[in-house]
Amino acid sequence: MKTKSIASFLLGTALTFTATGVAFAQDKTVKIGALSDQSGLYADLGGPGSTLAAQMAVEDSGLAAKGWKIDIVSGDHQNKPDIGTAIARQWFDVDKVDTIVDVPNSGVALAVNNVIKEKNGVYINSGAATSDLTNAQCSPNTVHWTYDTYMLAHTTGQALVKAGGDSWFFLTADYAFGAALERDTTAVITANGGKVVGGVKHPLNTPDFSSFLLQAQASKAKIIGLANAGGDTTNTIKQAAEFGIVKGGQKLAALLLFLTDVKAIGLETAQGLNFTETFYWDMNDQTRAFSKRFAEKMKNNAPPTMVQAGVYAGVRHYLKALEALGGNPHDGVKVVEKMKSMPTEDDLFGKGQIQPNGRTIHSAYLFEVKKPSESKGPWDFYKLVGTVPGDQAFTPLSESKCALLKK
Amino acid sequence: MQALYAQLLVGLINGSFYALLSLGLAVIFGMLNIINFAHGALYMMGAFVAYFLLNLGGISYWWALLLAPIIVGVFGMILERTMLQWLTGLDHLYGLLLTFGIALIVQGVFQNYFGSSGLPYAIPDQLKGGMNLGFMFLPIYRGWVVVFSLVICLATWFLIEKTRLGAYLRAATENPTLVRAFGINVPRMITLTYGLGVGLAALAGVLSAPINQVRPLMGADLIIVVFAVVVIGGMGSIMGSIITGFALGVIEGLTKYFYPEASNTVVFVLMVLVLLVKPTGLTGRAA
Repeated sequence: MKTKSIASFLLGTALTFTATGVAFAQDKTVKIGALSDQSGLYADLGGPGSTLAAQMAVEDSGLAAKGWKIDIVSGDHQNKPDIGTAIARQWFDVDKVDTIVDVPNSGVALAVNNVIKEKNGVYINSGAATSDLTNAQCSPNTVHWTYDTYMLAHTTGQALVKAGGDSWFFLTADYAFGAALERDTTAVITANGGKVVGGVKHPLNTPDFSSFLLQAQASKAKIIGLANAGGDTTNTIKQAAEFGIVKGGQKLAALLLFLTDVKAIGLETAQGLNFTETFYWDMNDQTRAFSKRFAEKMKNNAPPTMVQAGVYAGVRHYLKALEALGGNPHDGVKVVEKMKSMPTEDDLFGKGQIQPNGRTIHSAYLFEVKKPSESKGPWDFYKLVGTVPGDQAFTPLSESKCALLKK
Repeated sequence: MQALYAQLLVGLINGSFYALLSLGLAVIFGMLNIINFAHGALYMMGAFVAYFLLNLGGISYWWALLLAPIIVGVFGMILERTMLQWLTGLDHLYGLLLTFGIALIVQGVFQNYFGSSGLPYAIPDQLKGGMNLGFMFLPIYRGWVVVFSLVICLATWFLIEKTRLGAYLRAATENPTLVRAFGINVPRMITLTYGLGVGLAALAGVLSAPINQVRPLMGADLIIVVFAVVVIGGMGSIMGSIITGFALGVIEGLTKYFYPEASNTVVFVLMVLVLLVKPTGLTGRAA
């Protein structure tokens, strides 16, 4: 009897060990959801390219060879917060997704932010602009990688005001992003002695801007600030040229402009525009090498936009943190804390740091769109005009209203 | 007051697109009884054909104005012959679903190859620049769009309402069997009519290419508004859809000035009001 109980004890222990062994193996299973606008006006700057970037990050991490199983799913939020949150909930509840990446469209991004916090997932946002993600609405589960409205205002906006553009008229996309960009830029304008003389809020995805442009023209403002993005920005710039706005002496401030937008506008019309990005494919050997690999896998052979580059770099850093943790990737807060504790470094954005509020700090670059005669290839669009160090480009912690900083 | 004139004119420009597109829809609905949801996709194809003609064949905007509607029109006629004709006599819903499916497929294919941000198409040299009207700077190209589409709209109206061919057409919709008895090939006439409606959409696409981006979803964004225009104007009424098209462009333009946030809903508010007061549309007759 006694021997039997010892035997069963040993057997039980062995089973327990086996069970733990299985648990350890499962602990290296990660699921990443790339949530983006897959078909609308932001699909080219994020969309399928962002999913590809996430896949490349997983491949380049080499974690598969170390026993990790990393899956990527993708979803289309259609620029609608309700659809975005529904997908996020399904991913966490049914599909056991650990991490959501990209999520352009600030309205969707903020809504998804709440779901991820509630489900204790990890949120690596690259596509959205609103600085609220790491400010008033910051979350211990969120890392905001690529850029934000504060950065855009303090680089492009500030440079234009200092160059004499002291009166502004805003064309603002009528949702969270436009409002945040207008707010942050207005703060910079007034702080530098300029003033805002008027503005129009236009619906998202407007095909015709002529009415709004006429109002901007009539305002006599020196600068027409475009607090919109993607297809809205390209249509505004194209139609502004048609209405002779720049020839009339007013200057357009494309506060947010992506590589794919410049392609869509064409250099003939876009030349001379000043704007800011944190990544451009033609910066150095590393960015060129990555972009070449990326473009080969893209349908139209497009190099990555800064949003797609941000997805890649963000996922790479996330996977480094997971590797450092050794396993158990399912506690979002713990993973994000690990991400914040490690300095960021990758081929695309160089060295940086994630602040306690979740904001990734890296250099921002002021670019100017080349003249058609200066462009040597199908995607050769930008001239580097200046570099702003990360600590000057992004919200200083002393100004941040993030609750995480009060601990 | 000056600003108001400018907004009226700008509204008229957008109205030209609404008029051209809703005219095509009205022709197709009036003659074939098909609610053509593929109209937006065909409009987009018109713009893309113009882009290809220019960039692959070096064929100018002016030729594209003629060629793109023909090419897309032929595509439309193939659609009618191979698919739509089998739906004659069935409920409207079948035609609607079929054309909606076609639209999704066409858009999907273009999106797959060209992405969503679109391609640039330059304004032809002859129409570049603008003139100062005192109250606004009018780009010459936009003025051209208004005049040209007005001419096309009136010509179409004339063709259908005032010519012998138009009379055959209208008769064939009323009583195809009888018209056939007179030795007229009704199915061929219907195919050609669908081609005409589609050609009008493609023409609007070419006209819009230099103003908007040439992009796969350009039609999808517009088609819902255009359907609202057709409903307000009265399904199938040629003149009704032309007048409503221009009028709604102007109303939308004024909304952009007085309350921009509502500019993309105002058309639908009007549609609801019209349907409540006069369910057949402003110029429609009871079926």
